[in-house]
Amino acid sequence: MSPLVTALVVGAVVAAVSGPVGVFMVARGQSFAGHALADAGTTGGAAGYLAGVNVLYGFVAFNLVAAAAMEALGGRRAIARDVATGVVLGASLALTALFLHIETSTATTGATVTVLFGSLFSLAPGTVPVVAALGAVSLALSALLYRPLLLSAVHPDLARARGVHPGLVGAGYLAALSLAVSLSAVTIGAILSTALLVGPAAAALHLVRRPAAAMALASLAALACTLGGVGLAYASYHWPPAGRGWPVSFFVVASVLLVYGASLAARRR
Amino acid sequence: MFSGFMVDTWEAASVVAVVAGLAGFFVVARGSAFAAHALPSGAFAGAAGASLLGVSTTLGLGVFSVAGAAAIAALGRQARRDVAAALAIVAMLATGSLFLALGNGYAGEVDSLLFGQVLGVSSAQVEVTAALGAASLALLVVSWRRVLWSSVLPEAAAARGVSPGAADASFLAVLALVTATAVPVVGALLVFSLLVAPPAAARQLAGRPGSAALLGTALALATVWASVALSYEENLPVGFVVGALGALLYAAARLSAGRRGRARRSGCG
Repeated sequence: MSPLVTALVVGAVVAAVSGPVGVFMVARGQSFAGHALADAGTTGGAAGYLAGVNVLYGFVAFNLVAAAAMEALGGRRAIARDVATGVVLGASLALTALFLHIETSTATTGATVTVLFGSLFSLAPGTVPVVAALGAVSLALSALLYRPLLLSAVHPDLARARGVHPGLVGAGYLAALSLAVSLSAVTIGAILSTALLVGPAAAALHLVRRPAAAMALASLAALACTLGGVGLAYASYHWPPAGRGWPVSFFVVASVLLVYGASLAARRR
Repeated sequence: MFSGFMVDTWEAASVVAVVAGLAGFFVVARGSAFAAHALPSGAFAGAAGASLLGVSTTLGLGVFSVAGAAAIAALGRQARRDVAAALAIVAMLATGSLFLALGNGYAGEVDSLLFGQVLGVSSAQVEVTAALGAASLALLVVSWRRVLWSSVLPEAAAARGVSPGAADASFLAVLALVTATAVPVVGALLVFSLLVAPPAAARQLAGRPGSAALLGTALALATVWASVALSYEENLPVGFVVGALGALLYAAARLSAGRRGRARRSGCG
């Protein structure tokens, strides 16, 4: 598979997963948790780098631990959850600093930059099946939790009366979120992971009411932004400064912001 | 440890700890940890841009942190606050990745902007830090009552004619100044740790807002001093020590607050 095809396939999987997971994330007000997991995952990635195992496994393992810690410390109140997320993120960034210190003192590389920014064009073709499998698990978990999540968002009391345990559903969702974030952050970088989860979902929620429609719309918008961004980045190798190429993340984020701006304008009319 | 160039380090680090500890009180009280993460991380893009243009990195940091704060405030009126912070951070980081790709910035500079170079603070830097720190303190004093009322008792604040939008703008302006003060000294990721963990620990222990703010500042100072000493003596990365100490402080405060809460309940019951 050529690097361009790998980039397109992985980008499409990530975009498809980002739609449904992102809509729940925005609706539940867990954007900070989603972004924090992307950053916290880099700790696991750096640990994997040090231990010489696949970075993705380090990412997934550490993300699940971080999500559990946020859930355990957070409680119910929004402010307490925000602070708990912040403390967990701060602690994991501290570990990243330690790992990168150990790493760069043995071999000077741009480890920080690689882990933070990622690049669709430097993916190994072997990552495609792993990415597809992780994406499928995350989507299946979201589908399984679809009804209880909606019910506990709209009618918490009714949900409890029907035997839905809000904590359990929340924890299950956080697991789906951390899988989706691991998948996207390790392939396209922490920045793009957050951009694709938040932007298209928030835009879709401005435009349509039904959650399922919002999820489909968010996936489509994320897909359009990713493909457009990859295409533009590919074309930019011929732009000045010659032969360097502009980063994919710049184009994808710019498209996401355009989509979000358009949704704000459309809502106002 | 206290001789020659280290004097500059102690001074700059103390200024950063004081302003971050005080501003952190509001970060925790308002549940704005995401904004406290987004501004310092995103502002690093300004430093990357400044090195591309060959101007002062402090200027780049300042411009980007103010622009980021304005973007979060403006978007926050249209959308959920966490969505606003998420979009602001991805926009700034994507711009930063473009600057890094276009310029010849090397990874070492990125590392120091993210993780700090507190042991390498120059005398010229100390003067800039002191001036910006004084400006942050002045803005904190001027806007203290307004932001405090809107953070702690939003309804009472509205009754006193403090609009939530104005209080949010004041808070974000403080955060932007603290970012410009602290990022060159301790790095983007450390500012965040200082803004969240010591103030969150203080809030567990102190009841009244004033004592929580003072205790948080004292804890931030203690964290920074211990970190500078430990990183000097043991050659550990400052980012690791600050983050780890912050997390330990928070954990200890949670445990102690939980124990007192249980004692009080069993005493009454």
